[in-house]
Amino acid sequence: MSPTPTPGQTVGPFFHYALPYAGGAELVPQTRADAIRLHGRVYDGAGDPVPDALVEIWQTGPDGAVPQVAGSLRRDGYTFTGFGRAETDRTGHYQFTTLRPGGATPYFAVAVFARGLLDRLLTRAYLPGAAPTHLASLEAVPDDRGFVFDIRLQGEGETVFLSYAQD
Amino acid sequence: MHRLGPYRHRVTSSDSAASTQAEISAEIEAISKEYDAAGVTETATRLDYPPYRSSILRHPTKAPQQVDPEDIELWAPVFGERDVDLLESDLTIQHQGEPVGERIVLTGRVTDGEGRPVRRQLVEIWQANAGGRYIHQRDQHPAALDPNFTGMGRCLTDDDGTYRFTTIKPGPYPWKNHHNAWRPAHVHFSLFGREFTQRLVTQMYFPGDPLFALDPIYQAIVDPAARARLVATYDHDVTTHEWATGYRWDIVLSGSHRTVFEEDEQ
Ligand SMILES: [Fe+2]
Repeated sequence: MSPTPTPGQTVGPFFHYALPYAGGAELVPQTRADAIRLHGRVYDGAGDPVPDALVEIWQTGPDGAVPQVAGSLRRDGYTFTGFGRAETDRTGHYQFTTLRPGGATPYFAVAVFARGLLDRLLTRAYLPGAAPTHLASLEAVPDDRGFVFDIRLQGEGETVFLSYAQD
Repeated sequence: MHRLGPYRHRVTSSDSAASTQAEISAEIEAISKEYDAAGVTETATRLDYPPYRSSILRHPTKAPQQVDPEDIELWAPVFGERDVDLLESDLTIQHQGEPVGERIVLTGRVTDGEGRPVRRQLVEIWQANAGGRYIHQRDQHPAALDPNFTGMGRCLTDDDGTYRFTTIKPGPYPWKNHHNAWRPAHVHFSLFGREFTQRLVTQMYFPGDPLFALDPIYQAIVDPAARARLVATYDHDVTTHEWATGYRWDIVLSGSHRTVFEEDEQ
């Protein structure tokens, strides 16, 4: 039998000076020709924006390959590490500057943390048209610079969060 | 801006701080009795735990959709020496002087669901100072800030999956969940596994804290054995002569899905 996992706890209200870091949300420089923006808002069950959430993305590069290179915490401006971290602002908005994910079903793996959220949530932000039917609600919406992916923690339009089958 | 929905009537504002500790404790007790009566072991933290008022509007109401992890989710971001300076694991040397408080060493092993060490992976911690005050702007607790303590550290696990931090023991602190609410002393931990599905953010507590029973965040893990997994143990073998007391806390991430390649085992 597998050992029992250590339970999670909320990220709390005081993570801002610890987890976000300079360049965390810029997986590539904004000046790069193929840079796109992935952004959106995090909402609570009353439809109010969540100003103290943290969103992480983890993704393939445009070629579909899984990055396995260090440097996410201290970016050199050239190496694509595939990992990004962004806190929401006063309006619940987060944004990443990144590249399009590649592969057969391209998506951004997304982790969501917030004060009031007792354990992290995982989901996927698929590129438009890439999601299987049962996850169609997880497709990001294109805009002029990239894609919009709102996260609703509860209620009307609640985001589909994912768990992963254990063998 | 406010959408009126079915959840509106359930709102209990955390700002009102209307409840007493007795009321919160009664709610905790009732949920605990319900859990015992159900007789089904729960090892995870509940997302829907009304005694923690801020969770009321911030938990999903639908069960997560179970999927098979694909490509990217079977791997985790890589962090290396480029990302983390060795000195970042010592939270007591980030300023000119020694921070106030009880110097401690926190160490333990990070393993995956198969008991394998999680090697050379990032561990991040943050915490209040000895007086229970965070350096965070939003922390209004009228306890002294310590000019010699920031309360944030990072390290990479070694080849055995072991992390090690030197810090000071954080103090308990008040919060606004209810009247006279106090958090047990804790250190926040952020961990990456070998796969993104193992991502974990949690809190480590100290043994014997009198606030455990009163705290709706700790008690949101309704199973007593499961929540005890968040409590470090005092370890005199970690304690060093005339320098620091030592605590050990091992972390088990969720099971892994990826076939283990040779190089992972080397
Ligand atoms: Fe805290």
